[in-house]
Amino acid sequence: MIIRQLSVFLENRTGRLTELTGILEEHDINISSFSIADTTDFGILRMIVGKPELAERVLREKGFSVKITDVLCMIVPHKPGGLHRALQILSDNGIAVDYMYAFATGDGLANVVIRTDSLPKTIEVLQLHKMELMQAGDIYQI
Amino acid sequence: MIWNEHYECMGREQLAALQGERLRHMVERIYFNVPFYRRRLQETGIEPGDIRTVEDLKKLPFTTKQDLRDNYPFGLFAVPQQDVVRFHASSGTTGKSTVVGYTHNDILMWTEVVARALSMAGVTRNDIIQIAYGYGLFTGGLGVHYGAEKVGASVIPISGGNTRKQLQLMEDFGSTVIACTPSYAAYLGEAIIEEKIDRRKIRLRAGIFGAEPWTEEMRMQIQQILGLKAYDIYGLSEVIGPGVSMECGFQHGMHIFEDHFIPEIISPETGEVLPYGELGELVFTAVTKEALPLLRYRTRDLTRLHVAHCDCGRTLVRMEKCVGRSDDMLIIRGVNVFPSQVESVLLDMSETRPHYLLVVDREHNLDTLEVQVEVEDQFFSDEVKELEELRGRISASLASTLGLHATIRLVEPGSIERSMGKAQRVVDKRNRN
Repeated sequence: MIIRQLSVFLENRTGRLTELTGILEEHDINISSFSIADTTDFGILRMIVGKPELAERVLREKGFSVKITDVLCMIVPHKPGGLHRALQILSDNGIAVDYMYAFATGDGLANVVIRTDSLPKTIEVLQLHKMELMQAGDIYQI
Repeated sequence: MIWNEHYECMGREQLAALQGERLRHMVERIYFNVPFYRRRLQETGIEPGDIRTVEDLKKLPFTTKQDLRDNYPFGLFAVPQQDVVRFHASSGTTGKSTVVGYTHNDILMWTEVVARALSMAGVTRNDIIQIAYGYGLFTGGLGVHYGAEKVGASVIPISGGNTRKQLQLMEDFGSTVIACTPSYAAYLGEAIIEEKIDRRKIRLRAGIFGAEPWTEEMRMQIQQILGLKAYDIYGLSEVIGPGVSMECGFQHGMHIFEDHFIPEIISPETGEVLPYGELGELVFTAVTKEALPLLRYRTRDLTRLHVAHCDCGRTLVRMEKCVGRSDDMLIIRGVNVFPSQVESVLLDMSETRPHYLLVVDREHNLDTLEVQVEVEDQFFSDEVKELEELRGRISASLASTLGLHATIRLVEPGSIERSMGKAQRVVDKRNRN
């Protein structure tokens, strides 16, 4: 249920992201989903990839600052109010969202990667409300 | 261990008498052999006979780096070329390089002071010393080399750079002592971790680090990563090279070999001699040098001298780690900034590495200071707010130390260029515009 997300510190420098995607291609690593948080000087690339351990190792060998962060992936209906319902549950239970990003797989469902201040509590309340969470093995294979 | 107890533990009065006598001879030599000095002394109205004791030193004129440049290459030499057995030269990053020369006796004296210095770090014939200072025109490599042979240590004259080879020999030969710049020592430490070298195979116990300013915080960091005791050695080619002064095991200042190099602290503005304990510019008179005996040479290094008793038994005066060279001092919006102050602040925070770069520029007629800081892998957070918080803490800490706002730029580990010799800490773009 807990998904291992790769976070990479990136300087705002032309070509730096391209270097990274090149390394992933070289090692046949697919990106299931990603987002970039950017500031003036640097960015943080967050991504879910097929082989997180391998990706972490090869990127580190190439001098990238990499960190593995645990996240969850909620599956919500791909229609108005789908995301709202999930977020309502979290805020009703006092759970704060650190960041999130989404991707759709085209089957009427939307997938929302989410990091909160407490993952165990998040799992607990979402399951209580019968919200579906994606299995780690499934998302790595997307 | 004290290499030369006679000179290193001499009574202060006896030492002053010796210095006076040596000074007298030196002034005679330069008066008759160096036209530049004869003119200078005549202009000041001083004749060799006027100099009797070491107290008379303050009557004599100073020598500056500019004097060396103006008399490039051999104008200040006091012996004919036939008596010179070696040259060294500064890198000359700012203008023409300065050339220094040595007679056979100068080399013997240099060997002696370096032997004394290495003995302070306990180096003996039982040690294997890896000399990773550059060999060549730079005085670091050859300077330490001769002294190390003198104490009987087994020398690996590997010179600077070629990190992989450094680590391999360190491991295979079992080096117990390493001599290099502190910034290169920090880099070697990183490389040991990156190359996943078994730390038990590293037998280093002492490091002889100098040739650039460094801080106590840097010392702690190097000691921790290399597992050795880090000693500070000081010197400059104009005076002799490494071995002008060195820390003993008690590490509260570097003992200056005063029987050869008479130190003074002066006010950089007025040239007036300041008492022990006051901060000012360090000045040296190399009384026993034959080829290039400089009179009251202004080092531009800012420090203090202390004569209080040292538990090691040496009576030699101690100089504090230099605050910085007045050349390295940046004036940013009217505030004096030394790169060493920035280093202190950064190393006090565990998240950052001892690699940083100061970029000074001018925008809309206003000086700007950007400090590039590498973020340690284990402290990299994937949340922007935490990195911004780290940046804010560095900025606040720098502002309170420097009295100046600096822009902090977090950069990827390893992205600041590593130096194999003296580290380049500052890029000043103001003069280029």
